[in-house]
Amino acid sequence: MTETPISTVEVLGNLVQALSTGRIEVIDLTQTLTPEFPQIALPPEMGQCWPFRIEEVSRYDERGPGWYWNNFSCGEHTGTHFDAPIHWISGRDLPNNSVDTIPVQHFVAPACVIDCSEQAKLDHDYLMTVADIERFEAVHGRIPKGAWVLMRTDWSQRLDPEAYQNFDETGQHTPGPSAEAARFLVEQRDVLGFGSEAIGTDAGQGYHLRPPYPCHYYMHGAGRYGLQCLSKLDRLPPTGAVLICPPLKIERGSGSPLRVLALVERRA
Amino acid sequence: MARHRQSYEGVAVAVPVTVPYVRYSTRTAHWFIGQALSGLLQASGLKKADIDGLSLSSFSLAPDTAVGVTQHLGLSPRWLDHVPTGGASGVMCLRRAARAVQAGDADIVACVGADTNHVDSFRQTLGSFSNFARDASYPYGSGGPNSIFAFITSNYMRTYGATREDFGRIAVDQRTNALGNPHAMFKKPLSLDEYMSARPISDPIHLFDCVMPCAGAEAFLVMSEERARGLGLGHAVVRGAIERHNAFADDPVMFRGGWLVDRDELYAQASTSPDQLDFVQTYDDYPVIAMMQFEDLGFCAKGEGPAFVRAHTMTSGGTFPNNTSGGQLSAGQAGAAGGFLGMVEAIRQLTGQAGARSVPDAQLGLVAGFGMVTYDRCLCTGAVILGRPA
Amino acid sequence: MTTPLIRPKRKNPVLRTRQMNLPPSGRGRVALGLTAAAAEGRFELQTCADCGAVQYPPREACCKCLSVRLRWREQPGEGTLLSTTTLHHSNDLFFRERLPWRLGLVHLDAGPTLMVHLHGEVGDEPGPVRVGARLDRAGQAVLIGYPKNGGAHMADDTMLREMTSDPKFRKVLVTDGKTEVGQAIVRALVKAGADIVWVGHAEPWKKLGGLEDISALPQVTLVPLDLTNGRSVTELAGEIGGKVDIVINNAEVHRTFGIGARRGTDAAKAEMDINYFGLLRLAQEFGPALKGRSADGATGATAWVNLLSIYALANFPPHGTFSASKAAAHSLAQCLRAEMRPAGIRVVNVFPGPIDDEWNQHVPPPKLASGTLANAIVKALRDGIEDVYPGDVAQEWLERWRDNPKVLERELAAGGT
Repeated sequence: MTETPISTVEVLGNLVQALSTGRIEVIDLTQTLTPEFPQIALPPEMGQCWPFRIEEVSRYDERGPGWYWNNFSCGEHTGTHFDAPIHWISGRDLPNNSVDTIPVQHFVAPACVIDCSEQAKLDHDYLMTVADIERFEAVHGRIPKGAWVLMRTDWSQRLDPEAYQNFDETGQHTPGPSAEAARFLVEQRDVLGFGSEAIGTDAGQGYHLRPPYPCHYYMHGAGRYGLQCLSKLDRLPPTGAVLICPPLKIERGSGSPLRVLALVERRA
Repeated sequence: MARHRQSYEGVAVAVPVTVPYVRYSTRTAHWFIGQALSGLLQASGLKKADIDGLSLSSFSLAPDTAVGVTQHLGLSPRWLDHVPTGGASGVMCLRRAARAVQAGDADIVACVGADTNHVDSFRQTLGSFSNFARDASYPYGSGGPNSIFAFITSNYMRTYGATREDFGRIAVDQRTNALGNPHAMFKKPLSLDEYMSARPISDPIHLFDCVMPCAGAEAFLVMSEERARGLGLGHAVVRGAIERHNAFADDPVMFRGGWLVDRDELYAQASTSPDQLDFVQTYDDYPVIAMMQFEDLGFCAKGEGPAFVRAHTMTSGGTFPNNTSGGQLSAGQAGAAGGFLGMVEAIRQLTGQAGARSVPDAQLGLVAGFGMVTYDRCLCTGAVILGRPA
Repeated sequence: MTTPLIRPKRKNPVLRTRQMNLPPSGRGRVALGLTAAAAEGRFELQTCADCGAVQYPPREACCKCLSVRLRWREQPGEGTLLSTTTLHHSNDLFFRERLPWRLGLVHLDAGPTLMVHLHGEVGDEPGPVRVGARLDRAGQAVLIGYPKNGGAHMADDTMLREMTSDPKFRKVLVTDGKTEVGQAIVRALVKAGADIVWVGHAEPWKKLGGLEDISALPQVTLVPLDLTNGRSVTELAGEIGGKVDIVINNAEVHRTFGIGARRGTDAAKAEMDINYFGLLRLAQEFGPALKGRSADGATGATAWVNLLSIYALANFPPHGTFSASKAAAHSLAQCLRAEMRPAGIRVVNVFPGPIDDEWNQHVPPPKLASGTLANAIVKALRDGIEDVYPGDVAQEWLERWRDNPKVLERELAAGGT
């Protein structure tokens, strides 16, 4: 006996209805693009990511009497942004690996949020382990295939740029996944990608892990994605949220700043 | 062997005209020149077309020169000279006009010194007065020649023991003379006390050492003696004339002027000597310069100026009449007309037109010119001896 | 003896701020030779190459022998004071506002007679005096008569202070306090008696060290300032622009690439964005307030200092894009100088040779220590110098460049330093 196919119009209609009543909440997980928001800083010998900069073209003045507009500049990896597989050397040759060729259905996907906020408060270099993942699954069930895994650290509540970057003489100190956890998520759970509230998906000291920057290495090496500088992960349920995160369609782009929205169903 | 210099025999100067001075005027110099020419024609009975030579001195004609004035006032001269040499221009215009008349290049030359004075004329003139003034003295803030003559006065005082009172004597006696000059800007007597207590401008120069810039004109005619007699005009004759520019350039500070270089020749031309003169009209931009002219024109030795003024009264009835119209210090300085003031007064004295300030029985007088302060001194000097006709 | 400068009282805020009237600024072309030398602190006069006569005022032909071979030569300035006078009246607005003002007439041992501004410690004539040249508020050379031996507070003479930009009792903005050079400049300013030194810093999360030490100085206030961010500049100008007397723009990005050594334009862009555009943003925002206060009392706004590089004159190919950015900054600084001039604000351009920092590691000595550079900047402000070439390398390059810039270009292209 064949299943009666669910009418898409019904599902979408229900979605629109739920959005208008607030049964489904839309949460903005995006940091505002301002010149003050810090960008990733590499050693000075290397090429740098541009910070966000904005300059008025006109503001109802002699440069343009009836209108206000700006020109802006930034890097692909400025602010809340998406990493495509082509961004890393391990993903350079995979098919559909740039922001303009990634299958667009991947831009709407479920998300699991693993809370490491207490650990990150005590240890800025905290690495999320496989044990953390197993503890999560013991309560909330197995992480589904094709889902985002977001590491909640409440790092986005560090509003002072200096605290957000958290540099000292030995470099940057921000939390991220351990090498084993990153590999586990790819090989054992087949996730869509990894998301972080900090400046990078990898921990600040990720250069010293093996392999260096293991989240980038494993995720992008397997054609998976990354999200960085997310905010308000504390507003999301551990499971059930749906992320909408399409990056800009840049020709052979390695990533882009974007608006990351989460759809969350509120129980009645 | 120096060439023998031609005498000025046969040249007459006549028709002294003053266009009354005003402190400020909205008119241009052309207006004052026009008024001067009208005055010359009225007093001489000549027609405008009779004037076939023009010698003009003015600082405020720009962008015009004497050329523009011919069209402006409807003249068609066959001899034209623009002589922008300020305080020396009366002497220099006369010398040039005299030669033109002698050579037959012109018959009747109008010599005019005229300037207007707007509220900002003085400052504008200074900024573009000369290259060296712009580069080396204007930037130092005096806003005029006061500080330069302060240096000269101070140095002279230190070198020769002159006091402020000595300079005051010159100013005070000139003011007495001015009381007899209806055209003079200053109408009240000046005492030595008032002179001494006046406010400092650039010490040791104080208020009454400085001329008052104003607008006005002075003019006269140059023609042959024959022509003057034919027209029935009272006139004086030119007995001798000299000029010298940039004299004593190596003197670190001015303490003597170019008259000293050629004064013996001046008296030789006139076949006379200093003690024969009945009056002098010195160029009095500052009293120290008048004192230097007493020395350099032979009335006393260098450095004896102070003793000289202490020993003489310089009023028109005194022992050494100087600047009998009051000079610029009391009559005012109408720009380039200041260079003509002494000449016009000398003609009046020698033709019986000096009224209450006449020097008794004046036969022979000297007019000196001095002008064009470009950097640290004036560059032009000149002198003329005029006499009654034989 | 000169009365030492005392800290001025607080300004009465309801009174109109005094505006600047410049002293007479016209000079003929030949006379500008005096200005060109005074801009570097030298007193020069023309000397005839044929008969040796020294000329003044400046002119086109020797006043003795008519030769046109007149060369500008530095003068010792020894002379005799012939006359002095004190101006109590002037039609010129600048001087009128500053009466009484003392002038002197000097007979230079070398020959000419000079009119000079007289330092208050010079006694009445006659007497020995030493003549020097300084730039006045109009940026033109004027001659100054100095005493043979000056007292301790010579620099506080009111006439001389119009020709200089002494940091004492003034408020200064240093745009980058995160470099060693910036910190040395801050220390030198504090030592020179500056009241307030605002120290700019960008990207506070990037710690280069040294900032804490200078922020401990009581005169120092750290202020966020990122010259690549127009809004940062605008906001800081809004806060402190109306109080700044001296701007010292030392912020720079220095990389060590020519054209081929680094693909892409990002390093060159980073250099231009601070070295050139940073100056543009800063000048647009801080310029107007500086100009408005250029006659604001004895310690009003006075100067703008640009840290350029000797490489601005001739490109140093191993640091080729850096050189180009400094050349661009130099050109813009000349524009700034012209725009500041009507207000009497001195724009000081500093052209050091290689500084002893991390970007010049491969450059052989002599290299300029930060402290030496900082002292040269403070000295230039004190002496009223507007073009500064500190250090042996800068001096030598300047000489080679002036002698023949094309030859220098070849020497540098051949790998010479």
